[in-house]
Amino acid sequence: MLVYVAKRLAQLVVIVFVISVLAFLLVHLLPGDPTLTILGPNDTPQARAQLLQQLGLNKSLLQQYWTWLTNVLHGNLGESFITHQTVTNAVATAIPIDIELIILSQLMALVVAIPLALFAALRPNGKLDRVANSGSFAMLSIPTFVAAVILVLVFAVELHWVPATGFNRLSQGLGPNLKSAVLPSVALALGSVVIYFRLLRTDLIATLQEDFVTMARSKGLSTRYILLRHALRPSSFSLLAGAGISIGSLLTGTFVVEYLMQLDGLGFQLVNAINQRDYLMVQGFALVIAVFYVLINFVVDFVLTLLDPRVRRA
Amino acid sequence: MPEGHPVPVLPPIERASVAAPGAELIAEPAESRAKRRTKYGVLFWVCVGIVGAMILLAVLASVLPIQSPTSLDYQAVNSGPSLHHLLGTDDLGRDLLSRIIYGSRVSLIIGFGSVGIGLLFGGSAGMLAAFRGRGTDGVLNALSFVLLAFPPILAIMVIEAFWGKTLLKLTLLFALVATPQLFRVVRANTLSFANREFITAARSMGATTNRILFKELLPNVLPSAVSFALIGVAIAIVVEGSLAFLGLSISLPTASLGNIINEGAQLYNLQANPYPVLFPSLYIFLLIVSLNLIGDRLRASYDTREAKL
Repeated sequence: MLVYVAKRLAQLVVIVFVISVLAFLLVHLLPGDPTLTILGPNDTPQARAQLLQQLGLNKSLLQQYWTWLTNVLHGNLGESFITHQTVTNAVATAIPIDIELIILSQLMALVVAIPLALFAALRPNGKLDRVANSGSFAMLSIPTFVAAVILVLVFAVELHWVPATGFNRLSQGLGPNLKSAVLPSVALALGSVVIYFRLLRTDLIATLQEDFVTMARSKGLSTRYILLRHALRPSSFSLLAGAGISIGSLLTGTFVVEYLMQLDGLGFQLVNAINQRDYLMVQGFALVIAVFYVLINFVVDFVLTLLDPRVRRA
Repeated sequence: MPEGHPVPVLPPIERASVAAPGAELIAEPAESRAKRRTKYGVLFWVCVGIVGAMILLAVLASVLPIQSPTSLDYQAVNSGPSLHHLLGTDDLGRDLLSRIIYGSRVSLIIGFGSVGIGLLFGGSAGMLAAFRGRGTDGVLNALSFVLLAFPPILAIMVIEAFWGKTLLKLTLLFALVATPQLFRVVRANTLSFANREFITAARSMGATTNRILFKELLPNVLPSAVSFALIGVAIAIVVEGSLAFLGLSISLPTASLGNIINEGAQLYNLQANPYPVLFPSLYIFLLIVSLNLIGDRLRASYDTREAKL
C-alpha cells in the first residue's frame, strides 16, 4: 500500500513538473509580443528595453523558467499588467466560488443519482428503469452551455425566482449565498447526475446477480438492507472512477456557467484574462487550474485504492 | 471493411439473464448484413438519417435557397418563426435558419476533422505501440499520459487565444487533444488482440509485420475504434460549442452554434426573444444525441468487454 502511494506520489510530482513547464511555455513560445500590449502607444526603444529588463524577458528561456518557478513556489504568480492586481490575490478570491459550486453540484448529483440508480437497478428493464435510462441518455446529450442558458431563461428571466447574474459570497449571509449559487450548481449537477446514475446502475445490476446477494436474500434480509449494506459499496467503484473522468467536463461546465452568470470564479477570470491578453494572469490561472485538476484526479485515485484493494495489485 | 482473416469467434460470455442494453449482441457470430440492420433498431437508422441530413445541409449551405447568415433585415428584428424567416431572426434581423446551417459547418468540420486526424495518428501509434511493446510502447504511453494530464479545454483555450482562431488551427488543436485519447483506446484494444492465437498463427506462417498490422489487427480494431471516435466527435462538438459560447472559438461574425447561443443569451436578448437560444440548442441536442446513440449501438455490437489494462 505504502509503496503504491509512494509510486503515485512520484508520478504526481513528475506530472506537476511537466504542467509547470507547459504552462510556462504556453505563454512564452506563442506568437504575440506581450510588450506590445503593455506599452501600447508608449512604445519607444528605451521603454521597451526597460520593460524587457523589468520582466526578465531578455534572459535565456531556462533562466526565465527558473526565476518563474522559484517565484511560483513562493506563492508569487506575478502581477496583472492591466489591473495591477497580483495573480495570487485574484486566484484567492476566485477559488472559494469554484469550490462551493463544485461541492454543491456534486452533492446534488449524488443525492439524486444514488436513490434513482438503486430503484432502477432493483427492477432492470422495469418501467422506472427504462424511463430513467433513456431519459439519462438524452440528458447526456445536453451540453452545459445549453442547459445553463435554458435554466436562466426559465428560472431567472421568466419566473424571477433567482438572480440571473452575480454571486453573493458566504460572508454576505447563507441565504443570499445559496440563492445565487443554486442555479449554477443545478446547471453543473445536471451533467454529473447522468454520468453517476448510468455508472452506478450498470454496476448495481451486475452486483445484484452475484451469489452473495442471493445468499443474503435467502437468509430473509430485506431488500432495502441488501441494497444499502451489501450491494452499494462494491458497486460504487466505477462511480468513483467516473467522478475522476467527469472532472474534465465539470471544468468546462464551471467555465460556461461562470461566464454566463458572471460569477467571479477561476473560469470567468481566465476568460477575461484571455480576452484582454493579460498573459501573466492567463499563465497563473492555467497553472492553478491544471494543478487543481491533477490533484483532484490524484485524490479520486487514492480513495479508489482505499476502497478497492484490487486496484493496488493491478 | 477489408476482407482479412475471418473474425475470430469470441470466447463465449456467460449470458446474464438481465444484461445491459446491447450486451446480447456481444457473443453472437458475424451475421448477414440484412439481419444486422434490424438488430441495430429503427432508432439507430433514424439517427444516421439525422446526422446525414445535417451534414448534407452544411455541405450544400451555399447552394440552398436560404438567406445569407450575415445579411441584416431591419424590417424583421427579433421576429418569431414566419414564412419569410422559417426559424425567425435574431436581434440584428439575421435569419436564424441560415445562421444555424452555416454555424453547423464549424461544429461539424472541427468535430469530424479533429477526430479523423486523431484517429489516423493516435490510432496508428496505438496499434504500433501495442504490437511492438517494450521501448516503443513505453515512450508513446508516457507521452500520452503527459498530454492527457493537462486539462484539454484549458490547453485549447490558452493556445488558440494567442495562436489565432481560424478553422484550420482550431481543428488541429482539437486533433492534438483527441490524439492521445484515441491512442489509448486503440492501444488497449490492440493489446487484447495481439496475443491471440490467430496472430501467433499468422506469425508462424511467416507473415510480415505490415501484413499482421493491416490484414490481421486492423479489421479487428477498427470497428470499436470508429464507434469510440463517433462519441469523440460528439465530445469535440460540445467542447467547440462551449468555447464558442465563451467567445473563444472561431472569430465573429462567422456563425457557430455556440456563439449564436451566446449572443442570444445576453440578458436583454433573452428577455426579448428566446428563439435564438432555443433553436440552435435543439439542433445541438439532436446532433449530439444522434452521434451518441450511433456510437453506443456500434460499440455495443463490436466491443468485447474490455479487460482492465
